[in-house]
Amino acid sequence: MTVSIDTPAPELPNARHGERALGTPGSFSPDPRPAPTGRMIFAQARFETRLLLRNGEQVLLAIVIPALMLIAFTAEPIGTISGGGSRIDYYAPGIIGVAVLSTAFTSQAIATGFERRYGVLKRLGATPLPRWGLLAGKSLSILMVECVQLVLLMVIALCMGWSPHGDPVAVLLLLALGTAAFGGLALWLSGALRAEATLAVANFVFLIFIGVGGVVVPLDKFGHGAQSVLQFLPISALTDGLRDVLQHGTAMPWGPLGILAAWAAVAIAGAARFFKWE
Amino acid sequence: MHETPPAVEIAGLVKRYGDKTAVQGLDLVVDRGKLTAVLGPNGAGKTSTIECCEGYRRPDGGAVRVLGLDPIADAARLRPRIGVMLQSGGIYQAVRAMEMLRHVASLYANPLNVDELAARLGLDSCGKTSFRRLSGGQQQRLSLALAVVGRPELIFLDEPTAGLDVQARHATWELIEQLRADGVTVVLTTHLLDEAERLADKVAIIDAGRVIAYDTPQRLADTTKEQDSIRFDAPAGLDLTALSIAVAPGAQATEPVAGSYHVTGEITPDILAATTAWCASLGLMPRNLQIEQRSLEDVFLDLTGRELR
Repeated sequence: MTVSIDTPAPELPNARHGERALGTPGSFSPDPRPAPTGRMIFAQARFETRLLLRNGEQVLLAIVIPALMLIAFTAEPIGTISGGGSRIDYYAPGIIGVAVLSTAFTSQAIATGFERRYGVLKRLGATPLPRWGLLAGKSLSILMVECVQLVLLMVIALCMGWSPHGDPVAVLLLLALGTAAFGGLALWLSGALRAEATLAVANFVFLIFIGVGGVVVPLDKFGHGAQSVLQFLPISALTDGLRDVLQHGTAMPWGPLGILAAWAAVAIAGAARFFKWE
Repeated sequence: MHETPPAVEIAGLVKRYGDKTAVQGLDLVVDRGKLTAVLGPNGAGKTSTIECCEGYRRPDGGAVRVLGLDPIADAARLRPRIGVMLQSGGIYQAVRAMEMLRHVASLYANPLNVDELAARLGLDSCGKTSFRRLSGGQQQRLSLALAVVGRPELIFLDEPTAGLDVQARHATWELIEQLRADGVTVVLTTHLLDEAERLADKVAIIDAGRVIAYDTPQRLADTTKEQDSIRFDAPAGLDLTALSIAVAPGAQATEPVAGSYHVTGEITPDILAATTAWCASLGLMPRNLQIEQRSLEDVFLDLTGRELR
């Protein structure tokens, strides 16, 4: 006579309720459900931020270069400022503009270009994360990095005697529209060109914008003709607007805000029209 | 009650790239819970077909339904339910293996246990290695892990064992067999005929953008079984006519090389018995006696030709 004794399978100590150890029948039984959308977007943002901050060149671009520029231009009597006031009050808004440029435009264009090239965007397209969710995750990641940059730059600037004026709401509006404009341009560029070309153009634009965008050299040092064109660059609008508020205490810099809003609209439309996911 | 739609339903699919037509009028229906292997020479249209199912490519003609949904129009509803393993890439170069797996797992509500999955695929030892430093085989296995981690009901694997060593190939096969046993529908493309023969419930052979054969591996091989043969060695110059009469009408005897005899046809037990009886009547021991059955590879070569693409 045989006696069979049914014993329940021992449960793994780390197994969640109802989960079977891989290898036992049924452990791969389908249960495909997406995570809640908010959680997916936040996971994507955290993931991209972590990867970005691990990348040496990106940290150099986003954090080290703006911080060094702030310290060097303020401490050393190089370059001339206009409008009177202390050097730090002139340079701090310009360098904050550079921080936004580096993160929202240069770093994002390069990262997205290579993600496209390596098929990362294609692969993520097969997950439950929708495309707009991927863009939302990227935007959130840019904002996270910008927060780190701004806190760092503001601490350095305050230590160097910076006394900012104006309405913080106006500053946040300028930063938001600047980020939207640069982020849109980054996606347009990286979505239309090859990764290597994106890398070259993004770095070139970064340098040119620092040179002619009112970051360190005041726009009024250029001739009238050049100035009337340069002031419409998104970087000039951002640095002008930040300086209007933080240095001169302007309540709401409508001109620069309008220019940035126009750039944001055009850039996002261009990205939507020309971005290729593969 | 509604009838459950098939896992994949392709009718008259056409896909062109410029002047080149990669897929021309392809029809295929994949049943749920089955493992279907898509075989074909390079450039036959396998990847184009799979990518139309995954929603990556828009068909130029015909209709594709996956789990009853349109892969492009219903992408938001379909994508959480399918797992996709791309032929290559798709992963950030700087990301660590486990970091990537954990991230993709976090996009699903009830993912597999990532540590167990990694251990199962031999990825636990390289969890902290960046993707670009993984070996080709490790990259493939990570890619497979990403495809299954969300507990999909249908999974598309594009050449899942390409470039794997023997151990990794077997680990991958065992995982795929278990997915199927647990009710996951699997569609895989492959160049390896033994892979298709071992894993597949059904094999679709694609050539020049069309399905030219679609059946179980066994029945595909059976369709040409009149070309099976019994082979043995014996002294040269035996009476072939007598042997042919002995095995007639189902088969016929030849001696392609002196001392090496082939009895070719649909090999039945009667024909085998007749052959050995004939040897016995001559007092001969047939040496190296073997029965050659047509493999899927022979069928594949017959159907798709032998020229290089």
